[in-house]
Amino acid sequence: MSDSDKKKPNRRDFILTATTAAGAVGVGAAVWPLIDQMNPDASVKALASTEVDISSVQPGQSITVLWRGKPVFIKHRTPEEIEEARKVDLKELKHPEKDEDRAKKPEWLVTLGICTHLGCVPLTNKGDYEGGWFCPCHGSHYDTSGRIRSGPAPTNLEIPEYTFVDSNTIKIG
Amino acid sequence: MSSHEYTPSSKFGKWFNDRLPLLTLANHLTDYPTPKNLNYWWTFGGILTFCLITQIITGLVLAMHYIAHADLAFGSVEHIMRDVNYGWLIRYVHANGASMFFLAVYIHIFRALYYGSYKSPREIIWIIGMLIYFLMMATAFLGYVLPWGQMSFWGATVITNLFSAIPLVGESITHWLWGGYSVDNPTLTRFFSLHYLFPFLILGLVILHIWALHVPGNNNPIGIDIKKPSNDTVPFHPYIVIKDIFALLIFLIIFAFFVFFSPNILGHSDNYIEANPLVTPAHIVPEWYLLPFYAILRSIPDKLLGVIAMFAAIFVLVILPWLDTSKVRSALFRPIYKQFYWFLVADVLILGYMGAMPAEGIYLLVARVATAYYFIHFLIILPILGRKERTLDVPLSITEPVLGGMPNPSMAKAKSDKVKINSLG
Repeated sequence: MSDSDKKKPNRRDFILTATTAAGAVGVGAAVWPLIDQMNPDASVKALASTEVDISSVQPGQSITVLWRGKPVFIKHRTPEEIEEARKVDLKELKHPEKDEDRAKKPEWLVTLGICTHLGCVPLTNKGDYEGGWFCPCHGSHYDTSGRIRSGPAPTNLEIPEYTFVDSNTIKIG
Repeated sequence: MSSHEYTPSSKFGKWFNDRLPLLTLANHLTDYPTPKNLNYWWTFGGILTFCLITQIITGLVLAMHYIAHADLAFGSVEHIMRDVNYGWLIRYVHANGASMFFLAVYIHIFRALYYGSYKSPREIIWIIGMLIYFLMMATAFLGYVLPWGQMSFWGATVITNLFSAIPLVGESITHWLWGGYSVDNPTLTRFFSLHYLFPFLILGLVILHIWALHVPGNNNPIGIDIKKPSNDTVPFHPYIVIKDIFALLIFLIIFAFFVFFSPNILGHSDNYIEANPLVTPAHIVPEWYLLPFYAILRSIPDKLLGVIAMFAAIFVLVILPWLDTSKVRSALFRPIYKQFYWFLVADVLILGYMGAMPAEGIYLLVARVATAYYFIHFLIILPILGRKERTLDVPLSITEPVLGGMPNPSMAKAKSDKVKINSLG
């Protein structure tokens, strides 16, 4: 635009801009409920925590519980498995995390049973790593700390929020 | 587009047409000048229209009996199969109809690729067609979730998780899509709503697709621009109508074979097990028509890049009119393109096969090579070939090669006059 084309904005331009802006805000406010209605609703959020009794899970055993519609693996690890998980060199890992940071009590590993690739449920005690997991969908291998070791998954199995209510009960969520 | 003004013969017709020119539209569609050399590969547009109408009608009826609820959906589908009068027939037509729809659309797309129908001035027709194809895949995926079997559930889980590959907002988007923290009842009800909506969007796009087609008119096997109406054209009705109906009947024989003799062969038996969020089926595969894209997704070892590659595989098709630099449309006059065309057909079939196999060992290797070739074809071979290839001479009209081959030109002339008389009468 050359200088001669540039006009000083007059009152009409101001009114047009202001009206358009107000209109855009109005449309946005009207559309937002239509988008937000698809987000998790109150009844779904109300089910967001689960308590699990772990007293009967023996060392070496693993149980799967449902939390927020997803499987959660609770694995009672043996001393050998803990040692195996801790001696791994972090440089070997695709997503480096210390085992100490993944388990609040070393003998209990609590992870989401959801492959971080595309959300399948990995199989317990399968795959290339002893006491680990294998996802049959696209071939991801996880070790006994739930860390991704090979395959297309980008990150380690996710650790949900959990607390030990007492020595026999875990509250997930 | 015929230039003459249409006037209805009856007085009422004229009165009505002056207010809403529906009769003019009907007359345009009847008289629409069509290249006289269209072969049977050109009948799939009509077949696809039939498929869309069939899916809408059978779907409408199924929705009268289906219940979109995680606890009831699986049972309601069995209720349709066992209790509802002719429910088994309607559901099998709908389920196999989806496969037939894709069979026809793939033939339709590959016909366009062979005869260069996507080239100027038909780019908008092609892009609308690709939008239709994309919506078809979305609709088919949504529909496959509705019976709430194991494949429904895990297919939905895997596909919605594709969006979790998006950096930063991926997780929020998947939760928004699910309406929860996993695929569950809220997901099912919204998928049903969208599965009902999308076919009507497709119908709207089909109307635009045909509208855009009627501006330049049909491409044809020799891919030249023709004068309309002329010696080279015949009116749509009855010539093309009767040919389309004949092709449709042959297509319906194949359709009926699947519906009545092997209604489940294109499906997966795991989908007759009710959805279970704790157990993933050993081998998840999508329906056959999505397999090539699935193979591309799996052949990339990185999650985000795999998803990008899969969507890019569709996107290269959208921009194809600008990737193919050759001015000659039909492969009949492009000897080298013709060979690469068949390589591409083979490549897509190989990708489809690899998508059905487990992603390991030799299968993975072949899938990677085929994925690479797919992109090389569109992004490297086509742009270069258009500039380098020596094309054959293109005839000036559809009639010319016929006349040129005649030993006695006067005979040929007599013949062409006869054609003209026929097309007028």
